Amino acid sequence: MYDDMVTARYYEERLQEEYLEGKQPAFDISAGPIPGELHLAAGHEASGAGVCRHLRDVDTVTAPHRPHHVAIAKGVDLKRMTAEIFGRQTGLGKGKGGHMHLFDPDVNFACSGIIAQGCPPAVGAALASKKRNQDSVAVAFLGEGAIDQGGFFESLNLASVQELPVVFVVEDNDWAISMPKSRVTDVEDGSRRADGFDLPGVRVDHDDAVAVYEAAGEAIGRARDGNGPTLIEVQVHRRMGHFMGDAQAYRPDEDKERATERDSIERIEADLREQGVEDHEIESIREKAHDRVNEAIEWAKDQPEPDPEEAYEDVFTNSPSGVEEIEPMLEATGGDE
Amino acid sequence: MAQKTQSAERELTMSRAMVEAIATEMRESEEVFVMGEDIADYGGIFDSTQGLLDEFGHERIMDVPIAETGFIGAGVGAAQSGMRPIVELMFADFFGVCMDQIYNNMAKNTYMSGGAFSVPMVLMTAVGGTYNDAAQHSQTLYGTFAHLPGMKVVVPSTAYDAKGLMHNAIRDDDPVVFMFHKRLMGIGWMPAPDGPKTGVPEDPYTIPFGEASVQREGSDVTVVTLGLHVHRALDAAETLADDGIDAEVIDLRTLKPLDTDTVLESVRKTGRLVVVDEDYRSYGVTGEIVATVAEDALADLEAVERLALPDVPIPYSRPLEDEVIPGVEDIADAVRMVQG
Repeated sequence: MYDDMVTARYYEERLQEEYLEGKQPAFDISAGPIPGELHLAAGHEASGAGVCRHLRDVDTVTAPHRPHHVAIAKGVDLKRMTAEIFGRQTGLGKGKGGHMHLFDPDVNFACSGIIAQGCPPAVGAALASKKRNQDSVAVAFLGEGAIDQGGFFESLNLASVQELPVVFVVEDNDWAISMPKSRVTDVEDGSRRADGFDLPGVRVDHDDAVAVYEAAGEAIGRARDGNGPTLIEVQVHRRMGHFMGDAQAYRPDEDKERATERDSIERIEADLREQGVEDHEIESIREKAHDRVNEAIEWAKDQPEPDPEEAYEDVFTNSPSGVEEIEPMLEATGGDE
Repeated sequence: MAQKTQSAERELTMSRAMVEAIATEMRESEEVFVMGEDIADYGGIFDSTQGLLDEFGHERIMDVPIAETGFIGAGVGAAQSGMRPIVELMFADFFGVCMDQIYNNMAKNTYMSGGAFSVPMVLMTAVGGTYNDAAQHSQTLYGTFAHLPGMKVVVPSTAYDAKGLMHNAIRDDDPVVFMFHKRLMGIGWMPAPDGPKTGVPEDPYTIPFGEASVQREGSDVTVVTLGLHVHRALDAAETLADDGIDAEVIDLRTLKPLDTDTVLESVRKTGRLVVVDEDYRSYGVTGEIVATVAEDALADLEAVERLALPDVPIPYSRPLEDEVIPGVEDIADAVRMVQG
């Protein structure tokens, strides 16, 4: 669990460096080796690591737009994930998805860049598992800003009434971009929303990966045993802006400080030391994680960019009859000089 | 362009021009308010409401939960109650979670009530790619919003137009979808081309819907486009002028109502038509314009070319996105093709 957490943290630190490289001195979102938006999850590691430690490759995870720590904990191929974030041909989605849209069928991992929209597909994966009499489970991760979405409520209801093996994990970092939680809901404890659907709701405070692990173990065990869904809300902290480049002018300094004071990684390190794990062992785990991350990033950067023609591939798995293969428009009419 | 010279004294970015119109209308009428995600303290992710909170406070510049069905539907209700809400859907791509409120209430309630209700609401939304944000944050979707009857659909390409069209949108008694291209807004972290920053008069003015703007006069070929691609078409026209091809560039400015007269008049003059759109090719703006011209000016039409997004979701990687979104050279090539 600790190795997943330090891998995720270091991975994002390295991504941040790479992302900013081409975007200075003036920040231009479309410049640099990593284009587009980048939503980092520093401070969220406890939830991904604590939950996914109970999962197998056949279990499904859907992640939101801030997916890296969950992907790492679920065992998504780190090299191909990195290549995808760099927009390379050998990336998970051949450079078509990018960092918010990571898909790895080998470990049943998927993402959506649209708030709460990973919930219904997770319910669907759980439904498939139940119909096939399998014991695989599905976990939908989402932020606390997403739990006002209709899709979330509908998913809780369907999962509950069908007794599906699905766990909803809400990462409560108190901020939905610029909106503090206190201004979007009067229900401070988001796990209480489970009450309305007659399913168990659990809240884990203080970025505590061990407590997450225990709560998730119970919930996932319940799901595997055919006893239906659970909602878990985990208090995490957003140490960064909503996305890279977000100046966070809306956010009080005290809140930013609070977010860095409460650190899941420091917390689990303290726990490990308390259990008698020695510093050199912790350091060794860290080093291994750093090596793995550096290797993935170096590998990804060496990968080729996709050929422009590849933009027209993969629209359909099987092009339906009557639908011609899409061709580049100007080539089709011979205008290329 | 005529408008620039009318108001050369002060230049604004497109976002500042939009905000100025909204602020003016809010001062004029207590019934106008703004509702959306991150539009208050943040000022709109694309600066569409920057600075409004300071003057009007959270009561009238309302941040809302991320729950578009709820707050866009609430906008419809407030509009039917006689208020003039401006509601922001942060990215046009997000319409999927709230389209029922948009298509089935906002657009249809006037008709279904036999005119008993009107829905004087503005739905602002950001469109467009060119910054590698992939398939769920880069679509333009003009055609989707213009397809169903009952909504007016506005697409400004300059600060001058954005202000005049926004005034008109807020004053209009019907629902208006105001689609602004992120790349035109003049945001610090997403540099705009030179074109959208124009002179903007301080006094309020309106630009009527359904009047296209001839951005460049020419005699050889008509290029019809909108949004970001107005500026790309103008750049292409400059390149083509060096080759002796004189392109006329028409900015549609509104899709509903659509100014077919200006397009037809131009095609009757040039005989050649290129339509450029950042939305998907099938069932979209390019098809609509070509069909309209074919219906009404077939005899004058010598050659046609459509340039739009091929029917692929918008890819993330830079070379892939560059391939599918029409660029200046693509437009110049298309014009050369219809020149024969």
